[in-house]
Amino acid sequence: MAITSIKNLKEFSTNNDRFEGAHTLCPGCAHSMIVRELMNCTDDNLVLAANTGCLEVSTAVYPYTSWDTSWIHIGFENAATAVTGSEVMHKVRKRKGTLKDNDAPVKFVAFGGDGSTFDIGFQWLSGAMERGHDFTYICLDNENYANTGGQRSSATPIGATTSTAQAGTHSYGKKEKKKDIVSIMAAHGAPYVAQLAPNKWKSMAKGFQKALETEGPCFINTVSACCTEWRFDPKDTIHITDLATDSLMFPVYEIIEGHELNILYRPKNVMPVEEYLNAQGRYRHLFKPENKHVIELIQSDIDKYWDMLQRREEARV
Amino acid sequence: MSIEAQDLDLLANDNRGKHQLEAGFDLLGWDEVTQGSVLASFEGDASDVAHKKSEERTYSNYNSYTATVASWRVIKPVYNRDICIDCQNCWVWCPDTSIISRDKQMLGIDYDHCKGCGICVEVCPTNPKSLLMFGEYSDLGESLADWPEKKKKEEK
Repeated sequence: MAITSIKNLKEFSTNNDRFEGAHTLCPGCAHSMIVRELMNCTDDNLVLAANTGCLEVSTAVYPYTSWDTSWIHIGFENAATAVTGSEVMHKVRKRKGTLKDNDAPVKFVAFGGDGSTFDIGFQWLSGAMERGHDFTYICLDNENYANTGGQRSSATPIGATTSTAQAGTHSYGKKEKKKDIVSIMAAHGAPYVAQLAPNKWKSMAKGFQKALETEGPCFINTVSACCTEWRFDPKDTIHITDLATDSLMFPVYEIIEGHELNILYRPKNVMPVEEYLNAQGRYRHLFKPENKHVIELIQSDIDKYWDMLQRREEARV
Repeated sequence: MSIEAQDLDLLANDNRGKHQLEAGFDLLGWDEVTQGSVLASFEGDASDVAHKKSEERTYSNYNSYTATVASWRVIKPVYNRDICIDCQNCWVWCPDTSIISRDKQMLGIDYDHCKGCGICVEVCPTNPKSLLMFGEYSDLGESLADWPEKKKKEEK
């Protein structure tokens, strides 16, 4: 596989972008940072598919497409199915020798939002992982159905207000905890599973390259800060993602072969989660005296999870 | 220092956004599009796109590269070449592929695709910043003349 250099940003910047501007994602959306980074990681041919979500509806607004590679527009749940189907077709045609360029390396990548990964496309994703195709699935996790007006998904963390789990006099927002998708995918026995963040561009690029290189189904969950539904200023996207990784709300780690866990980023100063919550409008109600217990619950969950990750890294289980 | 962004014929391209405004663009109606339709991003052979720079590619009319979202913007980033250290932070984090960078050098901003989010200004590490937000209709020369002085450490 032809890998492009990610030694430093200057070398990385000599890549030729294959994701074009004038898509209609919100200003300051982290989705396109992640997609651009993936497409700059390699100069192999790419076959991409996207589940319905912000990314799909914004990058293929008829009559325009923002993709300079093969890209499949497919239903809400089956990007994983479409891309694995293409992968099998490519394998067969390669065997029969009917491809235009039989030796050209091709990588298969599916994108999904958190709604289509955690909820609607979960069965399809799980099936594709079980069948063991050689593809990479990237979840752009912005913790709600941002495309349709910010409804709750099973990726929405506890305490966040969404349009279908609103905070008010009787509620502090969503009451259920977030699904641990990374562990679920690691339990499928996938050779490479990771959670990455766009502010740590190097670990993200490395993770993407590793996933593309690895044969077999790989899953990557990426943090995609949503300025519209998380309610912060568009210019602060990277700042909010910094807070998310430094407060360990989104720890950056990888799991190889379902058991070998490596933490990829250890913050020098771990921030209290209040700072992350305070920077976003969707958590504003938690700072009322009657909701203080929710912040304490979030903090204790984060501490427990970080402790678990560190133990797993040490024990290699 | 030989190439300038203007030489690349990327900025203020006359064709950008033409089809968004003109009715002459031959489009299928919503009831005429069938399943399995393909939009071609390029005219002719596109097998080596990964090794071609934007100015060498043959974009088709269906590629959003030929469109513009400049009307979304109320403030715009202005670039000051004199202070820039070519760290490429703005390039890696620009969500709209609007930072034009060639041969490890930052050349300028693609104002047809920039939506004015301001992330490039936030991630700029120089002191003073080499990218700053100004009003959409501000003049380039005036903006550069208004550039703040270097901040001393205690003022930060």
